[in-house]
Amino acid sequence: MTIDSVRGAPGTGGLADSELVQLLTPEGERVDHPDYPLDITAEQVRGLYRDLVTVRRIDLEAVALTRQGELGIWASLLGQEAAQIGSGRALTDTDMVFPTYREHAVAYCRNVPPLNLLGLFRGVNHGGWDPKEHGFHLYTIVIGSQTLHATGYAMGIQRDGVLGSDKAGATIAYFGDGATSQGDVNESFVFASVFNAPIVFFCQNNQWAISEPLEKQSRIPLYQRAQGFGFPGVRVDGNDVFACLAVTQKSLAHAREGQGPTLIEAYTYRMGAHTTTDDPTRYRLKAEEEAWKAKDPIERVKKYLLKEGEADQAFFDDVEAEAKRMATELRKACLALPDPEPSAIFEHVYAEPHPMMTEEQEQFAAYLASFEDEGTAR
Amino acid sequence: MSAETISLAKGINEGLRKAMENDPKVVVMGEDVGKLGGVFRVTDGLQKDFGEERVIDTPLAESGIVGTAIGLALRGYRPVVEIQFDGFVFPAADQIITQLSKMHLRSLGTTQVPVVIRIPCGGGIGAVEHHSESPEVYFTHTAGLRVVSCSNPGDAFTMIQQAISSPDPVIFFEPKRRYWEKASVDVESAASSWTPLHDAQVVTPGEHVTVLAWGPSVKTCVEAAAAAAEDGRSLEVIDLRSLNPLDIDTITASVNRTGRCVVVHEAPVFSGFGAELAARITERCFYRLESPVLRVGGMSTPYPPSRLEDHYLPDLDRVLDAVDRTFSW
Repeated sequence: MTIDSVRGAPGTGGLADSELVQLLTPEGERVDHPDYPLDITAEQVRGLYRDLVTVRRIDLEAVALTRQGELGIWASLLGQEAAQIGSGRALTDTDMVFPTYREHAVAYCRNVPPLNLLGLFRGVNHGGWDPKEHGFHLYTIVIGSQTLHATGYAMGIQRDGVLGSDKAGATIAYFGDGATSQGDVNESFVFASVFNAPIVFFCQNNQWAISEPLEKQSRIPLYQRAQGFGFPGVRVDGNDVFACLAVTQKSLAHAREGQGPTLIEAYTYRMGAHTTTDDPTRYRLKAEEEAWKAKDPIERVKKYLLKEGEADQAFFDDVEAEAKRMATELRKACLALPDPEPSAIFEHVYAEPHPMMTEEQEQFAAYLASFEDEGTAR
Repeated sequence: MSAETISLAKGINEGLRKAMENDPKVVVMGEDVGKLGGVFRVTDGLQKDFGEERVIDTPLAESGIVGTAIGLALRGYRPVVEIQFDGFVFPAADQIITQLSKMHLRSLGTTQVPVVIRIPCGGGIGAVEHHSESPEVYFTHTAGLRVVSCSNPGDAFTMIQQAISSPDPVIFFEPKRRYWEKASVDVESAASSWTPLHDAQVVTPGEHVTVLAWGPSVKTCVEAAAAAAEDGRSLEVIDLRSLNPLDIDTITASVNRTGRCVVVHEAPVFSGFGAELAARITERCFYRLESPVLRVGGMSTPYPPSRLEDHYLPDLDRVLDAVDRTFSW
């Protein structure tokens, strides 16, 4: 299929007419794109490489902890590291992220402690970090719901009158290919468009919504959906951290300037299962996984660094060692996470005191205490 | 004292106006709330005075309206959402139930989502399907939400402002067939003098039977009490005002005195809020009850075509019939 134009409404700000924006090939070759120049120092590239390796290692540790029964479930980001680190490192302090439950690498970029993520999947709480502190909203598990929150938040930024100033921020809503079929995602496109809200829709098309391939969701490339809503859409190589960084930076700047939304389709692949309870061998071919393995997001940065002479083996060894050390610490901290007190069931349901919560909490405490009286404390 | 005689719709309108004057973060949003002033004119004149940025005509998508209201609240705004009719709240049910009600808990208290969702509710206006429903229990069943209903112009004026001040999400039911009923309201009264949002109120004191109602049914019950009085029966009518939380102490005190209780609501009796009330009253007043708690409400059917709604809606006679039956045990 030839794509003639991905432009939306007039004044949508110079986004490229192209099928796939790529700045770094799977072979580690740097390529230029006229619309997405990227000035990046060797130090920054090494930083991105370190990020990519670290988040993959954290993810691997979480999968292992799940296999060992320490987490209830885990949604692996394997294969999507570049999409998340590239877009995550494009953010500034004034931006606000609205993630799904798989955005572990974006959480990492926003300094949400990985232990918080593990706590959620261990069942200690439902998240519990302060979204304002991190500029990173809570994980949303219902598919697509957060895109509306991101749009409303962007409408708030607009009403604060800060767009175009140095206080300007934008929101970025993460979602997957499956979510594009949800009403909420389509409604968020409508609201963002008609209010010209400062938002970037970042769709990681990882080709699979659990067992359903993309063709069950769409007959056209996802980024082309944007055109029908009246804003630009662009497809980026989601396994290319440079391209994800450049395209997200430009789209965020565009939003902060008051020029409205952009849809980014990061074309990538979910190398692992949907979650640790899923079994991809039932619905997809090994050959497909192998083909995508050749496009690995981390290997190409390594090849680039080596080719350019910007890193040596000592650097790669150090990154591995540091990631391993972090994973070991994370495992230890996860195992040490205390189970919450039973009273936590009632806490924070309401912001203001609620008589029924108080009453039930007291009754339940008295019930538990009755076992202690009998010397059979639970 | 600056009392004015105003309608219930105007009471909400004046309450919204005060809230918007007092707090620049209050925004009103919904379908047709701007130029038109809402299909019931509840937001009449607000866009003219506060501008399009604060009185927002939204796309026609209820989930979108509530979902973006959540986002605005996360940014520090206090959105007041209008759902045009009761039967149209269901596209937004997912956002209300899975997101709005649970975000404070999900964040372990770091994040408040002070969204008010106004829903015109109830029947009696000769409308087509989906325009006459009473969906309160879908929301009382969802922890994290506060659910209230005003029944008169004075409460409309104060309760909407209290709901907007609440740090928790509030579902605010407005009895649409009472929109045009008028009463004298002091729109300059101090907030400190208002009845707290979640307190029930005894609107007709009585001795023989406690009658519990809210929203549109309160007036019906007050009329029933007047009719019963002619037969020498004294009904105590309590306007619950708040369904979650529930002012169980006021209810218990009354039923312990009267020994009889009738609950009246427009929603179907089966799995209705009356069932919750009956169970709680039975637990608390068991030895004082002279008869079971009886429920009067809509049939356990979909809301009927409007030519039949007079049969469906609890009226004075059905309330009195239930009162009579409490004496047959």
